[in-house]
Amino acid sequence: MQAKLEKNVILLAIATLITVSIGGLVQLVPLYTMESTIEKVDGVRPYSPLELAGRNIYVREGCYLCHSQMIRPFRDEVERYGHYSLAAESMYDHPFQWGSKRTGPDLARVGGKYSNDWHVAHLTDPRQVVPESIMPGYPFLVEKPLYFDDIAAHMETLRIVGTPYTDEQIANALADLRAQANPETVDPEAMQARYPKAVAADFDGKTMITEMDALVAYLQVMGTMVDTTSYQPNSDGR
Amino acid sequence: MTSASLAHSATPDAPNYYDDLIKLFVIAAAFWGLAGFLAGDYIAWQLAFPALNLDLEWTTFGRLRPLHTSAVIFAFGGNILLGSSFYVVQRTCRASLFGGAGLGTFIFWGYQAFIVLAATGYLLGISQGKEYAEPEWYVDLWLTIVWVAYLVAFAGTIIKRKEPHIYVANWFYLAFIITIAMLHLVNNASVPVSLSGTKSYIVWAGVQDAMTQWWYGHNAVGFFLTAGFLGMMYYFVPKQADRPVYSYRLSVIHFWALSFLYIWAGPHHLHYTALPDWVQTLGMTFSVMLWMPSWGGMINGLMTLSGAWHKLRTDPVLRFMVASVGFYGMSTFEGPLMSVKVVNSLSHYTDWTIGHVHSGALGWNALISFGVLYFLVPKLWKRERLYSLRLVNMHFWISTIGIVLYITAMWVSGIMQGLMWRTYDSLGFLQYSFIETVEAMHPYYIIRAIGGLLFVIGALIMIYNLYKTAKGDLRDEAPMGANTAPLAAR
Repeated sequence: MQAKLEKNVILLAIATLITVSIGGLVQLVPLYTMESTIEKVDGVRPYSPLELAGRNIYVREGCYLCHSQMIRPFRDEVERYGHYSLAAESMYDHPFQWGSKRTGPDLARVGGKYSNDWHVAHLTDPRQVVPESIMPGYPFLVEKPLYFDDIAAHMETLRIVGTPYTDEQIANALADLRAQANPETVDPEAMQARYPKAVAADFDGKTMITEMDALVAYLQVMGTMVDTTSYQPNSDGR
Repeated sequence: MTSASLAHSATPDAPNYYDDLIKLFVIAAAFWGLAGFLAGDYIAWQLAFPALNLDLEWTTFGRLRPLHTSAVIFAFGGNILLGSSFYVVQRTCRASLFGGAGLGTFIFWGYQAFIVLAATGYLLGISQGKEYAEPEWYVDLWLTIVWVAYLVAFAGTIIKRKEPHIYVANWFYLAFIITIAMLHLVNNASVPVSLSGTKSYIVWAGVQDAMTQWWYGHNAVGFFLTAGFLGMMYYFVPKQADRPVYSYRLSVIHFWALSFLYIWAGPHHLHYTALPDWVQTLGMTFSVMLWMPSWGGMINGLMTLSGAWHKLRTDPVLRFMVASVGFYGMSTFEGPLMSVKVVNSLSHYTDWTIGHVHSGALGWNALISFGVLYFLVPKLWKRERLYSLRLVNMHFWISTIGIVLYITAMWVSGIMQGLMWRTYDSLGFLQYSFIETVEAMHPYYIIRAIGGLLFVIGALIMIYNLYKTAKGDLRDEAPMGANTAPLAAR
């Protein structure tokens, strides 16, 4: 067998490809076919247009390199960060942002823990709020107007890869984004009906919609969609 | 020992090898290596002194860290892999490169273009947000084209070989090329928002994306940084030691066991997450099993020195290679240990992981790359020897001390932070706030950054030495091991 393979590069390549394919197939394919992979819970919804724009900033700035979004089921983590993370909570995350390092704390349930003002101050100059912090400052976020003309195209792309945005949500994308960032001037009620628990506010107090507005809107929804007190862990065997 | 397991050197009837192409890869590897080490050390200092983030969007840790990882893995590691594979495949097949200089030149410049496209994107904030797979869709597509060309050139050269057998180093290079292609295509599957824009969305989501990512991520380690570099080990260690590979049988077992087992190990990056338990347990089991082929390979590399151990005294280039195999053995023991769930519950999310990665990346990948560069430059530029073996020796010790500082600092900080996170006081409350655990890291971040600085200095010494060698200068110096005169006769 080996004598044949090491005299024929085509056979060697095919044998190698088969050898390296098996593990991945066994570990990946069942995640799509086994229903127990993702828990059945209420409340998880696609991101609102402003949250989505904020999430894209989170990805762009590489926040995942220092912050995890995955609380493990340990006593200390649950006490520090809240209920352990469920697979369902990131089912619409393209890409996932669980992270692999906690240079800073986990953010899976940071939503609602701090005020909007705190987030804006902290992102602008972390050491003004937490003197020992080693996080980079992001003062440019409040200066940069958010580019969102193509936000509906983003939602349509996400629909192609499986996020269940409705036609109504896509048609109202721009209006919903403005309503969430300017609730004083645009009534956010329709937006909040489409995106329950979305936090509407002029986050940074500027008249224009900035990248800061989007990022804080995303941070404030993180981990808040599912009512974890009603989650029954035994139902899925975890 | 069969003839297939002996590395061949150019014989009088040797075909025309495209060595000018390999010179380009050597220069690129040295350049990107230095750039990547500098970027890494800079972000290490940022963690100790956050003001170094400069409050500018292009210089934050979040944007520079992918620059560092891509520069060292794909630019430095990639160029040394591509260059050395072309050197090895031509000589062990006694055939000139398939596709000739034209295809080779396209692969070289195409690969550099991939690096520049990816790196500039990171600084401008273009990232798809997956670790070690940050380049966006258009860069991924371009790399796919270059990679197919690489596979054609490499496999084509093997097809036109004049040797009956395919040498073991080429099995490993081939597995590296094929597996990286598979991982790259699946993990980066995405839909662009617009063909004129940079942003795309990955087709996988949540838990499935996590598993796909670490299937990719762990095997970027397994096949880019391990299989490909083992290909280097199987050619250059026997060459430099002037001994045949220790065991042909062991290399066959090593190859197939490593290829089969490595791919299963990804889930150990996701222990105790929302990934189903059965996958985690499977990943842990295979990670522990992986220890065996890894050490089989290490033994095969080290035992190749049987009867030639005395050369370590006089040959600092061989010392680089042997130390790298030693570090390979160490980090492939540490890896299975950290993949055990109970250990991982402490080590995950901490600097211990960072230390582990660097004992492999600096100790194994970089040291063997340095050894290969020191081997290749006199050969390619047709010089009688290196400019200075004393400088090689100095480089060896400076970088080794740098690595030791780096990994010990990360062991201490990682284990300490992991323990602080889970410490309770006598009243049953968490003892430390998160920020207190960050503060405690400060001295270790400084030690780590100093270790990294030593590594950068070592690389500068190497580049000076290689430059002088290429120029044809010979440093007037006492031979290595002069106090053991009979052995020092070279």
